[in-house]
Parts: sequence; structure tokens; C-alpha cells
Amino acid sequence: MVPLQWYLWLSIAVFSIGVLGFLSRRNIIIMLMSIELMLNAVNISLISFSHYIQDLRGQILAFFVIAVAAAEAAIGLAIIIALFRNKATANVDEIREMRG
Amino acid sequence: MEELRYYHILIPFLPLAGFIINILLGRELIKYKAHWPAVLSIAGSWLCALATLKDTIAGKVIDADLYTWILSGTFKVSVGFLIDPLTAVMLMVVTTCAMLIHIYAVGYMHGDTGYYRFFAYLNLFTFFMLMLIMGNNFLQLYVGWEGVGLCSYFLIGYFFNKKSAADAGKKAFIVNRFGDFGFGIGVFMVFLTFGTLHYADVFANVSSIAGKTVYFLGWNIDLPTLIALLLFCGAVGKSAQLPLHVWLPDAMEGPTPVSALIHAATMVTAGVFLVARCNPIFNLSEIAMNSVAVVGALTMIFAATIAITQNDIKRIIAFSTCSHLGYMFLACGVGAYAAGIFHLFTHAFFKALLFLAAGSVIHAVHTNNIQEMGGLKKYMPVTFFVFVIAGLSAGGFPGLSGFFSKDEIIWSAYASHSSVGKFVWVLSLAGAFFTPFYTFRLIFRTFFGEFRGGAHHDDHGHGSHGSSHGSGHDSHGSAHDSHGGHGEHHIHESPRIMTIPLMLLAVGAVAAGWIGIPPILGGGAHFAEFLKPVVGHPEFHGTHAEEWAVMGLSVLIGFAGLGLAAFLYLRQTNLPETISKQFKWIYTVLLNKYYVDELYNFILIRPTLWIAKKILVGITDGKIIEGIVNGIPKTIGVFAGQLRKAQSGLAHHYAIIMAAGAFFIMALVLLFR
Repeated sequence: MVPLQWYLWLSIAVFSIGVLGFLSRRNIIIMLMSIELMLNAVNISLISFSHYIQDLRGQILAFFVIAVAAAEAAIGLAIIIALFRNKATANVDEIREMRG
Repeated sequence: MEELRYYHILIPFLPLAGFIINILLGRELIKYKAHWPAVLSIAGSWLCALATLKDTIAGKVIDADLYTWILSGTFKVSVGFLIDPLTAVMLMVVTTCAMLIHIYAVGYMHGDTGYYRFFAYLNLFTFFMLMLIMGNNFLQLYVGWEGVGLCSYFLIGYFFNKKSAADAGKKAFIVNRFGDFGFGIGVFMVFLTFGTLHYADVFANVSSIAGKTVYFLGWNIDLPTLIALLLFCGAVGKSAQLPLHVWLPDAMEGPTPVSALIHAATMVTAGVFLVARCNPIFNLSEIAMNSVAVVGALTMIFAATIAITQNDIKRIIAFSTCSHLGYMFLACGVGAYAAGIFHLFTHAFFKALLFLAAGSVIHAVHTNNIQEMGGLKKYMPVTFFVFVIAGLSAGGFPGLSGFFSKDEIIWSAYASHSSVGKFVWVLSLAGAFFTPFYTFRLIFRTFFGEFRGGAHHDDHGHGSHGSSHGSGHDSHGSAHDSHGGHGEHHIHESPRIMTIPLMLLAVGAVAAGWIGIPPILGGGAHFAEFLKPVVGHPEFHGTHAEEWAVMGLSVLIGFAGLGLAAFLYLRQTNLPETISKQFKWIYTVLLNKYYVDELYNFILIRPTLWIAKKILVGITDGKIIEGIVNGIPKTIGVFAGQLRKAQSGLAHHYAIIMAAGAFFIMALVLLFR
């Protein structure tokens, strides 16, 4: 039996990789992938807790997260394609239209 | 007490209807037919006034409310009409003069771009004037009072794209504020004292306030004196008496029919009407009566002396109006209200005639400066004829209307029991000398000798006569300047629509006085008898011999004035210039109207403008208000400028802040669990 902590450490590691990737990379596709990593890190911890306390609600929530992540990826990629067609770049530093 | 009839109500409301029609439809629809609604409405109201006069002569007095206007606790004001002999006289003056002047204006204002506007305002003025004289309470009087002031402002500034006209309108309005301020407080005092503003109720209880005092501005003041003087304040402003006379000469910037109607025949006499209407209050206070008499007498002599030196045809007549209004106040001040109103009545005709005839002259020669006229007798026979009649009437030529009323006033001043009676009598005799002198100076300079226009015209406006105000063209005249040159051959008599009202007014100037011929000349003094129920009859002391002597003296003095004018301006035409050089000091003072305008400029206008510029604009407006108004957005702007730096538009900045925030919140949760 693998103890709960191990799963949680895995979740923390994946989440941290996601956060660091999101903060350090400039390529918008990599950033989108980092978001997927963070979401899946959350899924890992949700499912481990769910199994640990023998409550299926955590796993149901994980399904919701997966569905939302899929929708988010679809919309995010569509936005990226639209952006790429207009700016011919995937570097977020060059996209500063929202500067105040 | 009689019921109101439809024709009583129609008198003021017909001109109002004319105003509404012209102001709403005049610009697009009626245009150059605007005189039809105007003249017809005034003619209708003249007919109604005649019907009213017939009732009044039959002895009917009407005091009826039309409807309750304001009702608040014990304060009740109605719109109502009081039609007594005094009102009837004023009705005849106002409607007759207004009708003739409206007809004259059809010719005078012909082709002017503001034609409909002119008639609309003239009608509105007539409405307010009629409400003023017909009202049965002080508040309606006040409304009419301010209404005529407003229309006066509109009409003085009728040529509003001319700066001097716009300024003159403002001046008239602002100077009248001073008088109306006192008048307003006077009306408040009447309400405080009597609890009502209705004439009949006030005058019925007026004896109850005799001898009472009131604590006012730190002194105990006799109540009737205070009320009377406050009301007189309004009269001084409206009737251009010292020290608020300054607006009337400048008001001549308006078109001449306006000068004739508003600034000679009707509005300016409202002050005299007010004093006569409030005679029960004035009678209670000797101080107030003496003030009225002395102010009137001083204004009369003051304005008459200025009129001698002026060169603007309309300003001379304006000062003459000032002077005659002084006569009316003088008469009221010595208790001879009927004589004052009688002079008001005759003055309306001869002075309106003088103005309209002057307008006819201006229409022909396109200048106001009498130095550029001369010899007009042969070109404008009708105008010349009526001008002379008006001048003789104004100068008190025996048999003409001005003679009877003026003589009545001079005799009243002599024979009254007033403590200032003899003083004002001497001044009134001096006035009797000056009036024919300046009037005939004007006539001789305008109609006799050689035509002096044309050559002078080019340097007009350069102050060639040292006058501070230049000659002040009537804009209407200048409007025709385009055809150049004002050689003699351009001068012609005015069209018939202008000369017929002149001739009708001339009949009035001759005959209006015949209804008040004194008993010693074989008349019945019907005018004074007619007004007796309203204004009473003063007790005179004096024998018939004295009355003859006073009359003879004033006639003699009048002829002396006329003779001197003839000598100086017909025979020895170089002499006036020599005299003015000899007495240059006096001449300059008179030419500059005793420097009253300059004095007011120095003590009132400059400090006011200084306060406005330095304190109000500089500090209150510039520092405080603008400080608040500009300070708040500026602070917000600075704050926002700092805050906007956070919004870099770089996605990872937001991400870092989000992550940092999340860690921060988590740290807080862990630390303070």
C-alpha cells in the first residue's frame, strides 16, 4: 500500500512544475501546458484524498476538472490560433495590448 | 361696488394676446405683417378703455378679484382690478399713446429685421403697464412694475448687436434694481404692518399707523415715513429722479417709438402713479412728502440745465422728460396729487409727440446730432409744425395743455401749506425758464438756419464737440447709411403712417389740458374734481390776485426763456459759442451731465469690478472653487497614475502577482489557524 503522503508529494511536485513553468516560460503554448499540469496535480490530490477517506465525491470532482480542462484547452488553443494569425508570434512578451 | 365686465378684463389681455401671436408666429408666418395683431389688439384695448372711462365718469368704482393667485395662511394675493378715476386717467394715457405710437412704429420700423420682435415686445410692455395701473394690490403693481422694466430692457437693447445699445439696456435694468430693492422692502413692510397687500384694506387702516415707530437698522423710525420712503425709492428708480436718473438718457439707444412710449409717456410715469396711488400713506409723513417735493424739484432743475448743452436730439428730450417728471413729483410732494397726475396726462401727449417728431427728423437725416441738422423747416413741414406745437406745449405757452398743468403745479407749490413749498416754487419757476429755452434751442438748431449735415458726417464719432458720448446714432437711421452721402436733396417728409399719429398727438398736446382749466380762467377744473375721490384736494391758501400774479410770472418767465433761445440761436448765432467759451468751466460740467456717470463709475462700478475681478474671480472662483473642482480629479489622476503601472499587459506579471497572492493567503491561513 502506497501511503497518502507519496501521492501528495507527487501532486506538490507536479503543481510546482506547473507554476514554475507558467511563470518562467514565454511561449504561450508551454504556458497553457503548465496550466494543464497544475490542474492535473490538483486531480491527483483529489483522487488520493477521495480514496483515503473512501468518499467518491472527490473523484466526481476530478471528472469535472478534467472536463473543464478539456474545454479550457479547446478555447485556449482557439485563442492562440487567432492570436498567432494576427501577431505571428507565440511569445507573450510581445502581446501587451492590455497595458494600462 | 360694481361687477367686472368683459371689457375691463380685455383691456390688458388683448395686448397679451397680440404679444403671444407675434412671438410664436411672427418669425416664420407673420413677418412684416406683425403690426396687424399688435395695432389691432391695442386699438381694441383702447376701445375697452373708453368704455371703462364712460363707466368711471358715471361714478362707478370697481374693485374686484379675477382669481386668487397666492394663498398661504393669512397671506392672500389676488389678481384683481381696481378701476377708479386715477386708473381711468392712466388707462386713457397708456392706451391712447400706445395705439398712436404703434401706428407710427409701422412706418418707423419698416423693413427692420426684428419687425415682429419689436411689436411683440411693445405689446408685452403694454400688457404689463396695464396690469400695473389696473392692479388692486401691491404685488400685482410690483409684477407689472418689474414687467415693464423687463420690456424696457428688451427694447432699449433692441439693436442688441450694437454695444452701446446693449450696455444701455443693462444700465437701465441695473440702475432700476437699486430703486426696486427699496420698493420691494416697502411692499414687505406694507404686508408686515397691515397683514394684507390689497389697496382698499391697506388704505382703510392707514390711519392706525400714524405716529407708530419701528426698529429698523438700529434706529426707531416713524413707520409711515419708512414705508413711504421705501416705496418712493422704487419711484425714483423707475421715474429717473435724482440720484437714479442716469439710465434714462442712455435709454435713448432704443428705437424712437420706444423712447416715446416707454421713456416718456408711460413707464417712467409709473413712479408718479405709485406716489399718487399711495397718497394715504404719503400724507401721513411730512418728511416723506418733503423728500418727494425736494427730489422732484432738484431733478427738474438738474436735468433742465443739462439739457441746455446737449447735442443729441433724443438726449435733450430725455433730460426734458426727467425734468418734467420732477415737476410731477414736486406737485405730489406738496400734496397736489391731482396737479401731478394732470401734468402726467398732458406730458404724455406733448412729450410722446416731441419724441415721435424727433424720430421723424432722425428718419430723414440719419443722425441724432443737432449740430448736423438745421434748415429742416422747408423739407419737413408737418414734422416742423407738430414739433413747434409740442415745444410750445412743453414750454407752457398759454392756452396749450402744458400750460394748464404746469401752471397748476407752480400755483400748488406756491399756495400749499408744505414747509418746502416756497423753496420748490422758486425752483419750479426756474424750470419754467429753462424748459422753453432748451426746447426752442433744439427747434431753432434743427429746423431753422442752414442745413449743416453732410460735410460733418465723415468725422462723426470723433467727439468733435468734446462730448463724452459722441452723438450716438439711432441704429435704425444708420441702417440706411449704405446709400452714402446725406446731402440736402435726400431729406424728405416722413410717410403718412408716421405723420398722421403725429397730427393726432398734436391735437392732444393742444387740447388735453382743456379738461383741467382752473376756475380763475373760466374753467371748471374738471380733472381735479374727477380725481378728488382718490387723491383728495389739498387746501390752498392764496387769493385770486396771487394766483393771477403767479400765473403771470410763470408765463413771463417762459417767454423770457423762449426769447433768449430765439436771440441766441436765431439772431446772434455766434454768441452761444462765445458764452460757452467764456464760462468754459460751467459749460463742461453741464455737457458732461455734472459728471454723475463718472462719479458712479468711480464710487460704484470700479470698486464692484475690482471686487469681482480680484476677490471673486481671483480668490473665490480662482482659488477656492477651482481648487475644489480641479483638485479632486487631479488627486484621483495622480493616484490612478501610480496604480496603472501595475497593469503592465504582460501575462507573467499577473501570474506572479496571482501566485504571490495565493502563497501569501496560504501563509496567513497557516500562521493564524
